[in-house]
Amino acid sequence: MELTSLSALELGKKIKSGEVGVVEATKASLENIEKYDSTYNCYVTVCKEEALKRAEEVQKLISDDTLTSPLAGVPVGVKDNMCTKGIQTSCGSKMLSNFKPTYTSTAVQKLEDAGAVILGKLNMDEFAMGSTSETSFFGATKNPWNIDRVPGGSSGGSAAAVAAEEAFCTLGSDTGGSIRQPAAFCGVTGLKPTYGAVSRYGLVAYASSLDQIGPMGKNVEDVAEVFSTIMGHDPKDSTSVKQDAKKFVLDNNIKGMKIGIPTNYFRKGLDPEVKESILASAKVLEGMGAVVEEFEMPALDYAIPAYYIIACAEASSNLSRYDGIKYGYSAENFDGLVDLYFKSRSEGFGEEVKRRCLIGAFVLSSGYYDAYYKKALQVKAVIKKSFDDAFEKYDVILTPTAPTTALKMGENLSDPLKMYLGDIYTVSVNLAGLPGLVVPCGFDKEGLPIGMQLIGKPFGEDTLLNAGFAFQSTTDYHTKKPVLKSGKEA
Amino acid sequence: MKITDEMIDYISQLARLELSGEEREKGKEEIGKIIDYMDTLNTLDTTDIEAMSHAFPVKNVFREDVVKPSVDRDIITLNAPQKKEGCFKVPKTVD
Repeated sequence: MELTSLSALELGKKIKSGEVGVVEATKASLENIEKYDSTYNCYVTVCKEEALKRAEEVQKLISDDTLTSPLAGVPVGVKDNMCTKGIQTSCGSKMLSNFKPTYTSTAVQKLEDAGAVILGKLNMDEFAMGSTSETSFFGATKNPWNIDRVPGGSSGGSAAAVAAEEAFCTLGSDTGGSIRQPAAFCGVTGLKPTYGAVSRYGLVAYASSLDQIGPMGKNVEDVAEVFSTIMGHDPKDSTSVKQDAKKFVLDNNIKGMKIGIPTNYFRKGLDPEVKESILASAKVLEGMGAVVEEFEMPALDYAIPAYYIIACAEASSNLSRYDGIKYGYSAENFDGLVDLYFKSRSEGFGEEVKRRCLIGAFVLSSGYYDAYYKKALQVKAVIKKSFDDAFEKYDVILTPTAPTTALKMGENLSDPLKMYLGDIYTVSVNLAGLPGLVVPCGFDKEGLPIGMQLIGKPFGEDTLLNAGFAFQSTTDYHTKKPVLKSGKEA
Repeated sequence: MKITDEMIDYISQLARLELSGEEREKGKEEIGKIIDYMDTLNTLDTTDIEAMSHAFPVKNVFREDVVKPSVDRDIITLNAPQKKEGCFKVPKTVD
């Protein structure tokens, strides 16, 4: 068995026992990157020298028992919107293509403190705005299951790197489905934690009330361990919640677990193969003792417009910091200060980012604020309430992750509204601040992965992880691997 | 909603974006379509529902006002496109 096919925890165990060296594991990942990344374009930056140097240091710290985390020595990748000191953090944008942060984000720091070795920075839609990873300034990432398909987005690089075994696990971020949808498209496991569970310090802001960092990996156990490592209160993020890091002892006994299925998610627009696979997965959970019930959640039908109003409004405000003066791209030819702002932003941002800034400026502008922004915040309250009601009855809500399997490259690029509609099953989770776990649950006729989404109560990650763990203990979808193509073969 | 020339000019001004002729025309059409879709929210009655900014109650976080060392000036300006004597350099703004 190839070293890179191991899960993060399996590798960690072998490193701890001395069977595998940290440098050896790091070299194996770097070799896969060298072999496959010209095909899949998962990485924006590969930190070869730094990773090998760090691997040697970590090996020493493991050998003298200073580092004892199960992730010590495990090579990982990080989405390129998390600050890494001295290492380019581009956010997939020309605007930040020359930006080298002077500090490291808390989530990444926690992984490094546990002894994980950072291999590099992963590709993404520009400023995390997109659902295909095609809007990156550094070119599109491709789906390891089929290079004519998108990996999903915005954390497409983070998902594809796990599937292509270019990292043992990765960090992504999720504002409207950006961890979960690419996890489903690439056949990997991904967790969007409860809002406030993981510090956002050092995460380049898109929509601050919705953004959350989370783990992606080969199975639920890996994802649980990474989550356990990065979670916890951080004085540098005032919205991070005061809770201590938890260790998850996963339990596949889900007898009596109440699972609700919102029937309005299974009507028009859902691909029949995806539908069949999700309902079959519900049967698997039922077979393990869970109580599965259908119910209606009509408020969910309003999630997409409410989400795009709120996300664009926050984006237009957050992205006003890019002025060409403090950091980032700066225009060379301009006439005075205000023109420097206009030129730097117009030359530095891509099409989708500009579109969202314009929509945000519109919904916040006087005369339209109440009709759009305020209305969306009211709808958000309605959606939150309907989840609260559902969780009176159910422990977990089971839904599709996306209406289809991975789309063809370019299919949605020319029609932004069509792309937005693809986020139907994921955005409501961010509006309500809830945790969502995606696990692979099937394949369509073309061999593309399907993922199911499990939604939990606030801070109910343990229940979600147990449900996912139970599913993976009786199914083998998460162990299936794509046939990888090196640059020459592609 | 039809996005007029005045509207696209106004919002691009607010967003500090200079749009090319093509971007402007495409933007009018696409944003109009997206706003039309957003109007579907009007079919949900939200009378008497309070707008919710955060899904969970968040409060101001206070700490003691203790003097602590801050980030070094040279580090803060490390990514500055233009700097002079430890400051960000900007075009002349006051005559």
